Amino acid sequence: MPPLLRMEGISKRYGGVRALEGARLECARGRIHAVLGENGAGKSTLLKVLAGVVKPDAGTMELAGEPIALPGPAAASRLGIVSVFQELSLLPDLTVADNIGIIDPPRKWGLTWGPIDQRAQRRLAEQALARVGAGDIHPLAPVRDLPLSRRQMVEIAKALARNPKILLLDEATSALTAADVAKVFRVLRQLRDDGLAIVFISHRMHEIAELADDCSVYRNGCHVESFVAGSKSPAEIIEMMIGREHQSVFPPRPKHEPSEPPAIPPALRVTKLSWAGRLRNIDFEIRPGEVVGLGGLDGQGQRDLLLALFGALTGVSGSIAVNGKQVTLSSPQHTNLRGGGIALIPEDRKTEGLMLSMSVRDNLSFAAIDQFSRFGLIDRSAEETAIASMIRLLSIRADGIDGPVAALSGGNQQKVVIGKWLMTRPQIILLNDPTRGIDVGTKQELYQLLHALAADRAALLFYSTDYAELIGCCDRVLILYDGAIVSVLEGDAMTERNIVAGAHNLATAASAPGEVAP
Amino acid sequence: MSGVSSLRAQDVRYWLSSHRGPLIAAALFVAMFALFVTEHPAGASANVVNTAANKGVLLAFVAMAQTIPVLTAGLDLSVGSVFVMTNCLASTLIAGTPLQVALGVAIVLASGLLCGALNGLVVVFGRLQPIIATLATGAMYSGVALWLRPAPGGDVNEDFADFMTGSLRDVVPFSIVVLAAAVVLIWIPYRRSVLGRAAYAVGSSEQAAYMSGVPVARAKFLAYVLAGLFAAIAGLLLTCLTYSGEANALLGGSYTLSSIAAVVVGGTSLYGGSGGAIGTIFGAFVLRTIGDLLFVFDIDPLSQPLFLGVVLLISVSLGSFRLLKVKKRVDLYR
Repeated sequence: MPPLLRMEGISKRYGGVRALEGARLECARGRIHAVLGENGAGKSTLLKVLAGVVKPDAGTMELAGEPIALPGPAAASRLGIVSVFQELSLLPDLTVADNIGIIDPPRKWGLTWGPIDQRAQRRLAEQALARVGAGDIHPLAPVRDLPLSRRQMVEIAKALARNPKILLLDEATSALTAADVAKVFRVLRQLRDDGLAIVFISHRMHEIAELADDCSVYRNGCHVESFVAGSKSPAEIIEMMIGREHQSVFPPRPKHEPSEPPAIPPALRVTKLSWAGRLRNIDFEIRPGEVVGLGGLDGQGQRDLLLALFGALTGVSGSIAVNGKQVTLSSPQHTNLRGGGIALIPEDRKTEGLMLSMSVRDNLSFAAIDQFSRFGLIDRSAEETAIASMIRLLSIRADGIDGPVAALSGGNQQKVVIGKWLMTRPQIILLNDPTRGIDVGTKQELYQLLHALAADRAALLFYSTDYAELIGCCDRVLILYDGAIVSVLEGDAMTERNIVAGAHNLATAASAPGEVAP
Repeated sequence: MSGVSSLRAQDVRYWLSSHRGPLIAAALFVAMFALFVTEHPAGASANVVNTAANKGVLLAFVAMAQTIPVLTAGLDLSVGSVFVMTNCLASTLIAGTPLQVALGVAIVLASGLLCGALNGLVVVFGRLQPIIATLATGAMYSGVALWLRPAPGGDVNEDFADFMTGSLRDVVPFSIVVLAAAVVLIWIPYRRSVLGRAAYAVGSSEQAAYMSGVPVARAKFLAYVLAGLFAAIAGLLLTCLTYSGEANALLGGSYTLSSIAAVVVGGTSLYGGSGGAIGTIFGAFVLRTIGDLLFVFDIDPLSQPLFLGVVLLISVSLGSFRLLKVKKRVDLYR
């Protein structure tokens, strides 16, 4: 008998970036299948292909031996493939009941095209909610009024209400409380016993140990190995997840002077920083000339931390001191502090970093425009000089500075984003995954630039999803898990194994005492 | 959560909070209209009520047309032009025998549907921003109106026109009956249909709607088609009121802008996803009653636009309170 689901040779590229390369997945009725891999291994893309959200460039899919095509999420849903996504697919303005019955609600008078039967739909919603143990959620409540953890339960109830044959969960438990996780697991086991195939991605190793029947490990978009859960130790699994075939070469780090005079206050000291339940009691400091890495799995609060330090969040508690002085950061503009400001190199350069249709010149000088303007008028010659020196420093390859920045290659665009902030001569530089999606050569140049900036006494906080990069560039790496720092790795303890273990919140010899996530 | 009674209370609370916009607009209208008829020298006579109703219903239909695209987080800047164009068309077709009149009505309504369908095609398949797409098609419809009726005038079956704009038993304005019929026969079934709810879903979050398997394209298309239909009904009523047609681009433009105002006053969010046509109807009535009130209180006609603007600004501001709750400042700029 063929397996319920077989995916073979699935490939997907985004521009020059390979997300999946000949990946495969097989899963059977009545089994829970865990999909494992580190950041960028292609797990989410694989599930999105199966959910009909992403169209693969190549590959075949079979459902119970029959080849299938998935032109969209609606088609997948009709075949009984239903997903619970990481980024919620709920409609905030609609009620819980409307969300649960969104696709195929019960109709009045049993007519196929009849109006929606609100009462029946409400009963359906109540049943679905009760089934996942979320009977406390009112079916008429608008989803936007629910806290994140309740919304996630609605999302799961919504998926179950569609009577799936194959249920896909991408980090579906990441926003849940421990009590809800237990309830959801009970439901998932029940569904497995009812004969469903369940495929799930989780970054919590203990959840995988608790729930999975089968595991498949992916790395760099390729399938590495599938095995029955429990037949491999966590250490072996981590080995499979890491084992990279290529190693980036990192420029040698100029040896850091450990004998800082303690009289100099740290460039940045963060104490008990918390925000909206997403960041919890963050404590750390960076001295001038240090590069501190932020590690951990994607989405554990690293981005929020950078935004908080940049002044883009409201309701942040705790304190931030720059050069020993308490500061209140209320907006990115006010972060131009005495002695140099705080710069954030954003992740999404297309929307947060650049004005694509404007010229290289305008993009470079936006943030630092005050430095060469008098009485609101721009001193063109001063601007020219500053831009020329920045283009030299970063070796930006552009045909003249008055062409649109959109015409540049990805790597050169990223250099413009960085250059724009360097023009403000910041003393603290926050980098949000700056090397994502750029070529190897440009990466090398960026690494060298980081060292040059550090040598120039800037303090750098560097978030990267590439662990090798953290090890190659940083003096120290903070590992975040669930919005808290769970370990701090330094010197020889900065190994890929320790970072991956820390990212999964598994104890290592090197882990520092930190708050342990639930 | 204990017992049935507390659940009931919660049901009522959710119902009230989801209907807050229309309820406020309705209360506002009732208060303002009561003031108007008490101040009016003729009192609440059938004539006064009928005149007010006819004016209000015209805007109410154009504003209902606006409501549905707005629910999908779109905008239809052509509703005023469709209104004027169908007025011109009706002024040549609503004539002759009852059978000819009936045929004329059908053609006028069908032409509205056609305009809406064109808007929908351009927005959905052309993937143009609704505001630009309908600005362009609106200009086209104004052009068609001029072509249909280069000079104001027309030949309209007066019996039909008087019936449409008169009062049933001299009490209930017939235009109100038409409006109620449109609500019961078109709006409510639409609101309760899967595609109607899909319009709310698309307006609430187009991406999440797509991810959930909602028929996004069909929902948007139907929204613009219905907008065309409602605008055509308004055009028909205008013809009955004036016995003629006029390709008046200024009138179309002012109705388009008033329709957006009525939508907002009626509690529909310009961000899409919440609100509805019932609120819009009261929003339109409120706007029209403001003008009447300024008239009975003898306010200088020259300062009326200023008053109207201030009232609009206040009611539009009420909609942005949610921004105070935003936690990520970046989100304000999305």
